[in-house]
Amino acid sequence: MGILIGEKTKVIVQGITGRDGSFHARQMKEYGTKIVAGVTPGRGGEKLDGIPVFDSVKEARETTGTDCSVIYVPPAFATDAIYEAADAGVPLVVCITEGIPAADMLKVYHYLKTTQTRLIGPNCPGLITPGACKVGIMPASIHIPGPVGVVSRSGTLTYEVVYNLTLAGIGQSTAIGIGGDPIIGTDFVDVLALFEKDRETKAVVLIGEIGGTDEERSAAFIKAEMSKPVAAFIAGQTAPPGKRMGHAGAIISGGSGTAAEKIETFRKAGVPVASTPAEIPALVEKVLGKSERRKISFASPKLKKKAAAVKMDGFKGNHRKKTPALAAKEGRTVAHKNRRKK
Amino acid sequence: MNLHEYQAKELFAQAGIPIPKGKVARTPEEAYQIASELGQTVVVKAQVHTGGRGKAGGVKLAQTPEEAKEKASVILGMDIKGYIVEKVLVTEAADITSEAYLSVTLDRESKMPVIIASPAGGIEIEEVAKQNPEKVLKLRVNPLTGLLPYHSRQVSGFLYADKNIRKQAETILKKLYALYFQADLTLAEINPLVVTKKGELIALDAKVTIDDNALVRHPEFEKYKEFFGAEKIEEEAKKAGLSFVKLDGSIGCIVNGAGLAMATMDLVKFYGGRPANFLDIGGSSNPEKVIAAMKIILADPNVKAICFNIFGGITRGDDVATGIVKAVNTLKPKVPIAIRLVGTNEDLAKEILSKVNLNVFSSMTEVVKKAIELSKAA
Repeated sequence: MGILIGEKTKVIVQGITGRDGSFHARQMKEYGTKIVAGVTPGRGGEKLDGIPVFDSVKEARETTGTDCSVIYVPPAFATDAIYEAADAGVPLVVCITEGIPAADMLKVYHYLKTTQTRLIGPNCPGLITPGACKVGIMPASIHIPGPVGVVSRSGTLTYEVVYNLTLAGIGQSTAIGIGGDPIIGTDFVDVLALFEKDRETKAVVLIGEIGGTDEERSAAFIKAEMSKPVAAFIAGQTAPPGKRMGHAGAIISGGSGTAAEKIETFRKAGVPVASTPAEIPALVEKVLGKSERRKISFASPKLKKKAAAVKMDGFKGNHRKKTPALAAKEGRTVAHKNRRKK
Repeated sequence: MNLHEYQAKELFAQAGIPIPKGKVARTPEEAYQIASELGQTVVVKAQVHTGGRGKAGGVKLAQTPEEAKEKASVILGMDIKGYIVEKVLVTEAADITSEAYLSVTLDRESKMPVIIASPAGGIEIEEVAKQNPEKVLKLRVNPLTGLLPYHSRQVSGFLYADKNIRKQAETILKKLYALYFQADLTLAEINPLVVTKKGELIALDAKVTIDDNALVRHPEFEKYKEFFGAEKIEEEAKKAGLSFVKLDGSIGCIVNGAGLAMATMDLVKFYGGRPANFLDIGGSSNPEKVIAAMKIILADPNVKAICFNIFGGITRGDDVATGIVKAVNTLKPKVPIAIRLVGTNEDLAKEILSKVNLNVFSSMTEVVKKAIELSKAA
């Protein structure tokens, strides 16, 4: 089942007629996400691959009953898009856009508190519940369903970690990138709380980086509030102070926000920290309960085969039924769904 | 983007925050000129994008124009933490009775702007917070309400006992807060904020950081853009759509994505090497970007091997491979290259790279180890 999104989630795409919006709308649809509408002001009435386009989020929501919007619009228009979605009552808004000024996000953040809307991002890859729903830009094919929740401030580093997990036969309940900006709608602690409540998630991998204190707050939360095991990785041990490392939020300022501090805080809170991304799967196996571990090693040959199939064929896109191994993966997902229906 | 003190003071002056009189000089003669115009004791201050100027000897008092000229000639050309001083600010020396600290900055935890105030000014606020936390007031302001009169009263009351000085402090805070939003700053700092013998409050120093994401809507800040040493290369990289930070190791890293780029640098160190840089080629994979990235890396004489780590998502492996082949053919690098490339169109990419005899690794660990090995052989 995973968190925030699932097979029933009805998604709209703001900025669907743009280059990125149209490309990713097609990718998401191909993966099986229910893309019910797109929004581009002034382009209402058009269609993209059969997906109806509306002038406003309000119209799109009234017509389709969407419960999630994903935003692919340039930074100058992105906060307007977030406000519009929130005012239309969309409960989950995912903003992929990079480059929104921090001052604008400060206002958005506090405005959203007065609404029912949760914002993921901005400057994030989005989120995926493997086998059910993808909202974002990640390469879907490296993910397999399973017991591990993944939460990260990064994009490609998340793919790297997910890829390592998948190759080791460890699937993901939901993988979510919360964004690399200093001001983001949903932080580590919010996501950890959701994973803690989610029945399918048995363990969590948290991928942090230099800058801010979100990791420190997470460590405290894990120690005080979480029953599920968490393993962490922190990027930026070699980052020099005072320099922004790509992400707007990845900066060591006034000597605080270093990787060493964050690693130390996690270890003190009893959260194991991997030295390299390749170490993560072994660490996850270690922290997972005995029963889960047995499931993984039990299913291991089979899952590893699937993982190998992911490696061999998965990257060619989302053609999920083209190889027997991937068809088997599909089959498993369907069987899984049916089981739950009973 | 960080501003020089004299530039930050320009913004302060426009916002109506009182500053001492002064002008920027590029030569000792200009410093002489400015000092004689001011007609009093002056301070000659190095203008560099780094802290600790005073400790480095970059701030000097001068009683006469001759002395100002002399001090300026010592300070100009000085190397402060790798920054060469090209400009000095010549400014009135103030007779002061107290030094305080006042700033508005971004509090990431509460997602609010925070006012930081301390009656112990003139030293780094981090130090004060460590030694005497009771002397630091942190006041978060909800950005939806903005600064309220009671915020200002609380801050001025924390800093000063005198009624008249308090009023001045409240006005300065209001102007500083307004400037913070109007100019899209992430830091607006006055350290020290001084009371003169005449009982006037002035901002003796000014430090301002502009939010890079907001620069597009502030064409007026274009003139403040200037770069020293490694910053020049970093700016050049930015124009090519790359995010680059120079380090001092020997393994050149070319990676897609900021998090993965940091993790790659860390892995280089983990296996006993030293990264030469942080470089993120970004999300879309224009082959030209790869060429630009190679050029920047190859310009660094410390680089003994190049390590590519590409995880294709939106970035297409074949595009990156095409870029690498083009770069190899045109730039003819003498340093060895190790490539890790997985993800979208991985097979195509491998095919393209095999034609120029470049081997592709599929794991990050392998490629980093290989790059370190190659760098040692070179």
